[in-house]
Amino acid sequence: MRHTKVVTLEEAIRRSGLKDGMTISFHHHFRGGDKVVNLVVAKLAEMGFKNLHLAASSLSDVHAPLIEHIKNGVITKISTSGLRGELANEISHGLMKEPVVFRSHGGRGSAIASGELHIDVAFLGASSCDELGNASGCPRSENAKSICGSLGYALPDAKYADHVVILTDDLVPYPNVPKSISSCDVDSVVVVDSVGDSSKISSGAIRDSKNPRDILLAKQAAKVIINSGYFKEGFSIQTGTGGASLAAVKYIRESMLEQGIHASFALGGITAHMVKLHEEGLIGKLVDVQSFDKVAAESIAKDQTHQEVSAVEYASADHIGSAVHALDIVILSALEVDVDFNVNVLVGSDGIIRGAVGGHPDTAEDSALSIIVCPLLRGRIPCVVPKVTTLITPGAGVDVVVTEYGIAVNPGRPEIAERLAAAGLKIVDIHDLAAKARSIIGEPDALPFGDKVVGIVMDRHGKVLDEIHNIVD
Amino acid sequence: MEIKNAVAGTLESGDIMVQIAPGDGLQVELQSSVAAQFGRQIKALITETLTGLGIDNAYVKATDKGALDCTIRARVTAAAVRATGKDVWKD
Repeated sequence: MRHTKVVTLEEAIRRSGLKDGMTISFHHHFRGGDKVVNLVVAKLAEMGFKNLHLAASSLSDVHAPLIEHIKNGVITKISTSGLRGELANEISHGLMKEPVVFRSHGGRGSAIASGELHIDVAFLGASSCDELGNASGCPRSENAKSICGSLGYALPDAKYADHVVILTDDLVPYPNVPKSISSCDVDSVVVVDSVGDSSKISSGAIRDSKNPRDILLAKQAAKVIINSGYFKEGFSIQTGTGGASLAAVKYIRESMLEQGIHASFALGGITAHMVKLHEEGLIGKLVDVQSFDKVAAESIAKDQTHQEVSAVEYASADHIGSAVHALDIVILSALEVDVDFNVNVLVGSDGIIRGAVGGHPDTAEDSALSIIVCPLLRGRIPCVVPKVTTLITPGAGVDVVVTEYGIAVNPGRPEIAERLAAAGLKIVDIHDLAAKARSIIGEPDALPFGDKVVGIVMDRHGKVLDEIHNIVD
Repeated sequence: MEIKNAVAGTLESGDIMVQIAPGDGLQVELQSSVAAQFGRQIKALITETLTGLGIDNAYVKATDKGALDCTIRARVTAAAVRATGKDVWKD
């Protein structure tokens, strides 16, 4: 007997048993091009659901329509890694009664696996799926409309949610293999016009910089890595999405070629830069929780040594086998770093939420060497400050801060400071960097925070790390 | 001092656009991407720079994109020179 799980979205929702007050989940692999969140929530609103908890792996500018659904009581709670754009602005001004819960990617994976974050119904977009629910982020037919590559952030949802709905814009003949999500975990399949605009995957955080300051920072970061003591045959590396950390890969590549050094793997959000080094034989394997651009997504579709991993396998603190435990070097960006090496990547210096926790705390804590690359100032906004606006990554896990005014090394890592100084790099006290910033910009007035808690930052071990208050205009 | 309409600066990040028009007393209207933290200081600097150039009657509209003090001073001075025709660098 031939079975099919293909139904309409409305029927899938009805079959899921979703009730008011329950938790629904989404992944953000299409980043700024995502169409699933808005589509599904609009349908839920139309069907009269209220009081839902939206647990997304992240949210961005494109999710501004949620503002109306929050005002109408359809969505009353949000858990996410990040918030940007108008939705973030409204929430920062106190749109929601309940604070948004922010978790890192590893922290979200852990919370889903442990049951702390229980998902009732997961709505997961896929670029290909068969009628039984075998789903992938890779295109599998000439009718394919989208590509997102790795579905790493969706895998815990698929595994642990009570009910799983796959939305796809290309229904392909059974069996859709290799698959990311197994038919065994899927209850319904819904065919839609579009799950996402793949051309917008690399929008948002990711820029390929031609800015001379970014290039200077990238060169300095590369020098830190090369002289850190961790740059040796078989090392492993992850880079964040900042312009400078992406550009650093270019300079590291030159040294790898010169010295005949190869990396065993690159981790995390995989970019075209990493794919290039991999194809040149300089990086053995790519361990990919999220394909950060189309080149990375195309690579995972065809290359067996470019492997998808779930958020749990990537960065869970609870899971002893997670990849971050094997990570040597990570280059990360920051909105703010303070004199205790604490980092903020979520809340702008104007007190408005404008970023994402991402894998920042996961990789900083578990890597052998974590390097933050940021300019001293962005316009008049200082990046090295006496105290971060919001604590996202505790300073204990942050080893080196690279700015255009010098390199600061965490006092807990004196051996690294020695190696870098011996290589002729300019090592400065982080207090001097903060003071230098103040001498240029003056003393900022205190931000007009109100009494309402609009966000709670969870650390990757499941404890409350910080609170975000509303901003009063 | 007679004031004509004048403008200096751009809307690029890190810059400030300063528009000067005739006015009664010194009136500064500021829009800034860093208003919460630096609005007070920027307004004070604009006023101080204009007063230093002998301008006590003008309407000033400034659109700031996170400019540093040196930039603000330069743009205000340039706008003032254009508004008054009095070249402070030459005279």
